[in-house]
Amino acid sequence: MAVSRKYELKIGPATREAFGKALVELGQKNPNVVVCDADLSKSTMTTFFAKEFPERFFQCGIAEANMVAIGAGLSAAGKIAFVSSFSAFVVNKGFEQLRVTAAYPNVNLKVVGTHSGISIGEDGPSQMSIEDLSLACNLPGFVVMAPCDEVSMKACIHLVADHVGPAFVRAGRSKAAHVYEAGAKFEIGGSNELLSGKDVAIFANGLLVAEALKAAEQLDAAGISARVIDLYSIKPIDRAALERASKECGAIVVVEEHLKDTGIGTRVAQVCAETTPCIMEFVGVDNTYAESGTPEAVIEKYGLLAKNVVEAVHKVLARKK
Amino acid sequence: MNKTSNPAELAEISKRVRRHILEMITAAKSGHPGGSLSATEVVVTLFFDIMKHDPANPKWKDRDRFILGKGHACPVLYSTMAEAGYTPVDQLTTFRRLGSIYQGHPDVRFIPALEASTGSLGEGLSVGLGMALAAKLDGSPSRTFVVLGDGEIQEGQVWEAAMFGAFHKIDNIVCIVDYNKIQLDGFVKDIMPLDPLVDKWTSFGWHVIDIDGHDINAVQKAFHDAEAVKGKPVVILANTVKGKGVSFMENNPKWHGSAPSREECELALKELA
Repeated sequence: MAVSRKYELKIGPATREAFGKALVELGQKNPNVVVCDADLSKSTMTTFFAKEFPERFFQCGIAEANMVAIGAGLSAAGKIAFVSSFSAFVVNKGFEQLRVTAAYPNVNLKVVGTHSGISIGEDGPSQMSIEDLSLACNLPGFVVMAPCDEVSMKACIHLVADHVGPAFVRAGRSKAAHVYEAGAKFEIGGSNELLSGKDVAIFANGLLVAEALKAAEQLDAAGISARVIDLYSIKPIDRAALERASKECGAIVVVEEHLKDTGIGTRVAQVCAETTPCIMEFVGVDNTYAESGTPEAVIEKYGLLAKNVVEAVHKVLARKK
Repeated sequence: MNKTSNPAELAEISKRVRRHILEMITAAKSGHPGGSLSATEVVVTLFFDIMKHDPANPKWKDRDRFILGKGHACPVLYSTMAEAGYTPVDQLTTFRRLGSIYQGHPDVRFIPALEASTGSLGEGLSVGLGMALAAKLDGSPSRTFVVLGDGEIQEGQVWEAAMFGAFHKIDNIVCIVDYNKIQLDGFVKDIMPLDPLVDKWTSFGWHVIDIDGHDINAVQKAFHDAEAVKGKPVVILANTVKGKGVSFMENNPKWHGSAPSREECELALKELA
């Protein structure tokens, strides 16, 4: 779906809030859906589900490793279990359990990590998840998704609930700009071309999709035609869209709120290397931990704004010549 | 399968299982005999007397479930499941070979009748609690049994699970600690002591039953008593002897994870004739 339009990017609810609301929809639809949380339900927004379905909500206390394995047991016995906490905790502290109790036996467990990336701001690096997508991609058989707004988060939660097999979905803390209209289409292994363009392709996900769109607008004013693709499904990845972008644009910029050494950029580069190689630049957290500050200040200091995307595009285009 | 509550018959089956354990580890030239031999009466009594299950219909919805937290002791589980009719007895000696269903640690991909893939210690009780919780939600009579090693409960996750089980009043689970007092590096008391173990589990809100884990009458009674406990989970501390049944293996840390030679195996089998 090639598009050329203006995105208003009106501020909407955080993707964690959309996740919490999607869980309630799932709970109403399917009595087999159960939810576990580790003392952060008011932050992850699983509290909506807990209030609606207290008999299907299990408080695990501050014990993420146990929570993941409890969820795996529930799922192995036929439930569709969602376990949720901050991404930094459920993925890092629960990684061993994700590996042995969920991925290895291919259990139908759903994991949702909220407060991902550095845009949580004030709480600082111990709570900032900048390695979760990479770790999740290290779990064979896991579906890994990182939607960018309310509409796409709700769609992805329903997709992973319907999918039989383990899945990880990444959500953010701060309010997210509306990118999609209701009814937009998503699929596991899919991506969405939000703007068509021919000079460069910008791949982004999560909150940085909005920055990529802003960057494209600035580039357009400078006579550069940038294609923007929301790579909301990281695993499986939309190989066809990557190959097309590589062939048709000849230059790619990947933008992510994640360590740039191990994030989606490396997966994009791998797929392009296997299909049609092209020159690339990467925008992400550069081999460091961030710090406390307002989300805006932190994002700016660590270089994840539209202007950084624009810079990367100029860099990649200079190499293209 | 022929289930039995007769202790003499269960002792006979235990002897056959012990022989399988030695044969398969000897053939594989690697494996963990000590902790397999110590858990034999508990595992055999569960599969042949206590648990409601059907080898012909392993995914029966209301079946009782078994998880071997201490996955390295899988020779006792494989041998017991083979004797019960789940898997072929004559393939037990393919243990640990490429392509064998009898993998080095329990793997549901190779034996779908297993409830969980284990081997990384400390996770089995949590998984079992999740399964027990699912059974409660479904109104199923299914019970879940989880065997842990004593060294295994040094893992912090076990105590996270213990708190969870008591708080959520999960009374359709029985955890059995195979308390053989030895772990890989030596005696538990010298590595990371666990005592007072009855007090620890009691203070975590569990009903504790302390028994001789080789006394089949006591093992049977413990499982029956556990069923009568309502509103809290039950742990059976099965005091056992590592390497039980083979004189030169008993109470010797060396036999945690080394295979007997063919000659040693023959000597051991004579003791189990």
